[in-house]
Amino acid sequence: MRISTFFYTLKQGIISIFRNKWFTLASLATISACLFIFGIAYSLMVNFQYMIKTAEEAVSITVFFDEGITEERIAEIGNIIDSRTEVDHKVFVSADEAWAEFSQELGEAAEGITENPLANSANYEIYLNDVSAQGKLVKYLEQVEGVRKVNKSEFTANMFTGVNSLVTYVSIGMIAILLAVSVFLISNTVTIGISVRKEEITVMKYIGATDFFVRAPFVFEGMIIGLIGAAIPLALIYYIYVFALKFLAEKFAFLSNLLVTLPAKDVFIVLIPVSLLIGVGIGFFGSFFTVRKHLKV
Amino acid sequence: MAKEQKKKRARKTNADAEKYVISLENVNKSYEDGVPALTDINLKITPGEFVFIAGDSGSGKSTLIKLLLREVRVNSGNVNVSGYDLVHMKRKEVPMFRRNLGIVFQDFRLLKDRNVYENVAFAQRIVQKSEREIRKNVPSILSTVGLAGKYKAKPKQLSGGEQQRVALARALVNKPSILLADEPTGNLDPRNSNEIMHLLEKINENGTTVVVVTHNREIVNEMQKRVITLKKGVIVSDEEKGGYIDED
Repeated sequence: MRISTFFYTLKQGIISIFRNKWFTLASLATISACLFIFGIAYSLMVNFQYMIKTAEEAVSITVFFDEGITEERIAEIGNIIDSRTEVDHKVFVSADEAWAEFSQELGEAAEGITENPLANSANYEIYLNDVSAQGKLVKYLEQVEGVRKVNKSEFTANMFTGVNSLVTYVSIGMIAILLAVSVFLISNTVTIGISVRKEEITVMKYIGATDFFVRAPFVFEGMIIGLIGAAIPLALIYYIYVFALKFLAEKFAFLSNLLVTLPAKDVFIVLIPVSLLIGVGIGFFGSFFTVRKHLKV
Repeated sequence: MAKEQKKKRARKTNADAEKYVISLENVNKSYEDGVPALTDINLKITPGEFVFIAGDSGSGKSTLIKLLLREVRVNSGNVNVSGYDLVHMKRKEVPMFRRNLGIVFQDFRLLKDRNVYENVAFAQRIVQKSEREIRKNVPSILSTVGLAGKYKAKPKQLSGGEQQRVALARALVNKPSILLADEPTGNLDPRNSNEIMHLLEKINENGTTVVVVTHNREIVNEMQKRVITLKKGVIVSDEEKGGYIDED
């Protein structure tokens, strides 16, 4: 293919965008609407998952040791814990630290107690990177030599695991349905747009145009419309997102521990390339396959 | 180099293909519902001939044109056009083959949103001519068809005769060996019809084989060229300097 042919077909694609204004507007509106809903669904999903993840990180397992255990063994157990992939980090709490914390909670009731009643309460607080692995880790740790007891919150862990799975499945389902609807709507729009230009395709084919030459302007047109159709909702969602974060911070400050949100940068670093890719991809495949039907001349 | 090899593969030359620019042997073609459109067609056209394919509606003229354009395939028989074996031709070889043909339709089939120059240049772009060649060739062919001064006009600003001239210019700009004209005067008044036919005659005198499919009795009778008459899918007559044969 000559480079001039590439630029000619690209130019024809661009000209066609302006020439078929109504088709362009209908396609842009369809892609933009679909990707707007997709973007909103994605933003909600990642934020919800982030909230759950943050809450999960507060769930810990506590490992207590056998009476009279040596400091060396405690350090060895620490190394064993560190070697586990499901562990995010651990904190060692000595018996004195445990009592200091507890006595603070007890307040006046703790006055007069001179000997540490929690002498055997030195422990490791373990924070997991995946709360669903809690059961497995607890089972393992209970068998480690020198471990007396492992405290866990099974209910909390199960609840988080359940909610997380539910959110993931619902989000994937919603996004899949949205994409399927988008492809259907866009395919229809492109079909209508191209059927109007069927005669043009027929003439091209009779003159001896290759499939590439006929198809390229339509594909370029589709990709450009897809790109713009993705950029419009991205800009809209960005402003809505920034506004929503500001609104939540101002009006729901008392829920700041629960409503932990991702900064716009973290959401859009994924949403921008994904949306643009989907937009361009839908434009490309929508045009590619719809034109194919008319190439058999 | 690779392009040449491809071209050679598409061409399956035999003695007939070298002697005749169009050759159909024992060709049969039926519609999808099984009704025969063409039956046992044998037809040979030598380079530089001017041939009318005449016949009334439903005689099989359009199907014949579609066969020659390799828009449809035969059910049986052989079709050779410009050295290409259309029966064994692969779909991807069709564009290269069609570049050897110039095609003119009854309804002109111009790109309505492009001006005269762009409609003609379009055919050159398809065969990947450089902009320099296009700038040289398009005005030259527009001058041949008498439209040098109207290169900026859009099709709707032209008369039927002028539109058909643009279509002719588009068909000729790539210097095809064969010009196929499907009812080229079907949408024209007698004066414009005569002008177009004289233009086709002039093109033929310059060495291009011209095949005109028509049911225009006056033109066929006036031109005194070879006339192949189709009736219900069968060739009923093939005469040098023939005339139009009526249905009954």
